[in-house]
Amino acid sequence: MKSDSVLNISGKNKVLNEVELNKVVTQKEKVVLVGNPNVGKSLFFNYLSGMYVDVSNFPGTTVSISKCNYKNYEIMDTPGIYGVSSFNDEETVARDVIIDADRILNVVNSLHLERDLFLTLQLIDMGKKVSVMLNFSDEVKKRNIKIDTKKLSELLGVEVYETSAVKETGFDKLDKAIENARQGKQELDVYFMLQQVMEKNISQSEAMLVLEGDSSTAEKNKVDNGTPDEREKIYIGRRNRVNEIVDQVEHEDSKKGELFNLLGRLSLNPLTGIPILAVVLVILYFFIGDLVSQRIVDFTEGTVGKGIFEYNLKSFVSDYTPADIDVNILNDEEEVIDTRTFNFPEGKSANPDLALQFKEYSSQPGAESDFSFSHPIAKLFFGEFGVVTMTTTYLIFLLLPLVLAFYLVMALLEDSGYLPRLATMLDRAFTRIGLNGRAVIPIMLGFGCVTMANITTRILGSNREKTIVTAILQFAIPCSAQLAVIAVLLSGAGVVPLLIFVTVIGSVLVALSTILNKILPGESSPLLIDLPVIQIPKMKNVFKKTSFRTIGFMKEAGFWFFVGAFGVGVMEITGLLTIWQDTLAPLVTGWLQLPKEAATAFVMGMVRRDFGAAGLFEIDLTVMQVTVAIITITLFVPCIASFVVMLKERGLKEGLSIWFGTWIVAFLIGGIVSQILI
Amino acid sequence: MNNSTLQNTRKGNSVVVLNLPEGELKSQFIRLGITEGSTVKINERLPGGTVVITKNRQEIAVGSDLARKIKVIVE
Repeated sequence: MKSDSVLNISGKNKVLNEVELNKVVTQKEKVVLVGNPNVGKSLFFNYLSGMYVDVSNFPGTTVSISKCNYKNYEIMDTPGIYGVSSFNDEETVARDVIIDADRILNVVNSLHLERDLFLTLQLIDMGKKVSVMLNFSDEVKKRNIKIDTKKLSELLGVEVYETSAVKETGFDKLDKAIENARQGKQELDVYFMLQQVMEKNISQSEAMLVLEGDSSTAEKNKVDNGTPDEREKIYIGRRNRVNEIVDQVEHEDSKKGELFNLLGRLSLNPLTGIPILAVVLVILYFFIGDLVSQRIVDFTEGTVGKGIFEYNLKSFVSDYTPADIDVNILNDEEEVIDTRTFNFPEGKSANPDLALQFKEYSSQPGAESDFSFSHPIAKLFFGEFGVVTMTTTYLIFLLLPLVLAFYLVMALLEDSGYLPRLATMLDRAFTRIGLNGRAVIPIMLGFGCVTMANITTRILGSNREKTIVTAILQFAIPCSAQLAVIAVLLSGAGVVPLLIFVTVIGSVLVALSTILNKILPGESSPLLIDLPVIQIPKMKNVFKKTSFRTIGFMKEAGFWFFVGAFGVGVMEITGLLTIWQDTLAPLVTGWLQLPKEAATAFVMGMVRRDFGAAGLFEIDLTVMQVTVAIITITLFVPCIASFVVMLKERGLKEGLSIWFGTWIVAFLIGGIVSQILI
Repeated sequence: MNNSTLQNTRKGNSVVVLNLPEGELKSQFIRLGITEGSTVKINERLPGGTVVITKNRQEIAVGSDLARKIKVIVE
């Protein structure tokens, strides 16, 4: 008998006959394991079957249903589902197995009773014989949560057993659980609704699904299925019952919980919330601004990137191509104490004596070597803007540690439940500029990656809010990569430039948003947001998110960095760079009062914002010039990737208006600041 | 018992929701577990009028303009 044909959905009637026949022949009842994703069903199955089945975190691994014989029962595992219906393949498969089940072992995650009991009540409403396995009971005890299993059993009308599948505790009661599985208590109104459908000779399980609007079950039984409204009504009723049950059986008396609840409350009220925000920002500053962007990056970019990687690569290249090498010897205060120039008109290998001298001289502590190549190809790949040299150093040794740090912080903030509270606290302030508190989420994310944040604007309620936030993101929010470079440029410059930078960018943000709020028609939507509990983020989850996003960023950034470096390299060789610099010169030197070379940064800034800021590294600037430059480059156009996403999200007209707007505002504000400061 | 709006409640009040604004906002409320007739607790009233309510230990923040449109009975 091929019993796995239950999965054969096309020939269902035939299958049902086979199943019934199967029952008669083997006299075995079907016991089905049902539960939400990741509740440990597979561990139950492994125990009962004695056979190893992969337990994986990815929903869908059990989509092919495993079965085994256990004593007088046939045990079947099902995919993790949140409810019985046919929203997706897994649900469809699970639904068919559940409808045919004689007994159900419902595995529940005790930590998520409110979520999981929804499915339990649905199984009970379907009239199935159920026993509930409260899994993760050890975790519950660890967290000082008390679950009154006796009360729960009484309210549900079925047996409830505490288990810990990982440690196999409570598994000795599995036989009893299967044996004692029974129909639970049902709400009267649902019962009456069911009776009306069941009069048409439909089983209770299928009647429930019909009422809930499951069209394929209705079709099979040749009746009309319930409307979405009716489903919503039944779902609301069930949801409310779950909430009432959980209220009665679950008690949390953890001191730790209280502390977190207190923190949650304190972070809501501006009086205490603003100091908390300040503390968060100070910690962020010390972590990212000090530790990562100075100490760690000094080592990775300076020592490893420039000192080891670029030096050796360029030195190797100069063996074979004409090169002039300036070597400066710096002391601990970064002052030049000695300097020497080596000229190799035919490459180092043509002059081994001088090459040896160069090697010895440049290997001294504090030595910095500056290679210039005359051959265009060498210049393009290994020169100042070399596709191989500069992009590798910036990407791997400068940006990677910084971006990793930013994404780590962002994931921690997200998973701790702090962001929605920040949104609530700032709601009033955001209302003044035509937004609601929710807008803080795309804006905060923008500090990570503006491109990603552009997509997140979808969570906002109205079109005008999306427009306002998209504009803010392109104008006033520097992404993590750009912030990283800015942090390095500003490091050692003192507090004043930082204050000027924050004030100017902040004012632009408020002014821009206020103006758009006045101009744009319509009304913004009000705040309505659920606040998850404050908790210590699960590190596994945080690391997963961080690595996933970092890899994504590096893949994308890598490509555009190479494109940018190549483009600028070509412009440099062909002389286009000089023409561009000359064109922008009056604006850059006269109005912004920056050196002519700063115009290069604006070419690169169109490709990637951080790339633009990084272009400023190569130029000697005074502290105030740095301030003007970073203000201008921050307000200047978003990177190519953001630009493309913005066009896709907001349309051609709006996207282009914002893009050209950044040109005007960047040079206008940058110039005004420059005229005041310099 | 007296009629009020969610905006005019005090911290610690238990209120019964009388009506919710129609449309998308209403279904959002239902998804969050709040229907007309449910009892909610006022958890926090922030300066500026944003109200934080609790329903079955789930905290929900409601902006001040929205809170003004929700009629409630204070228990």
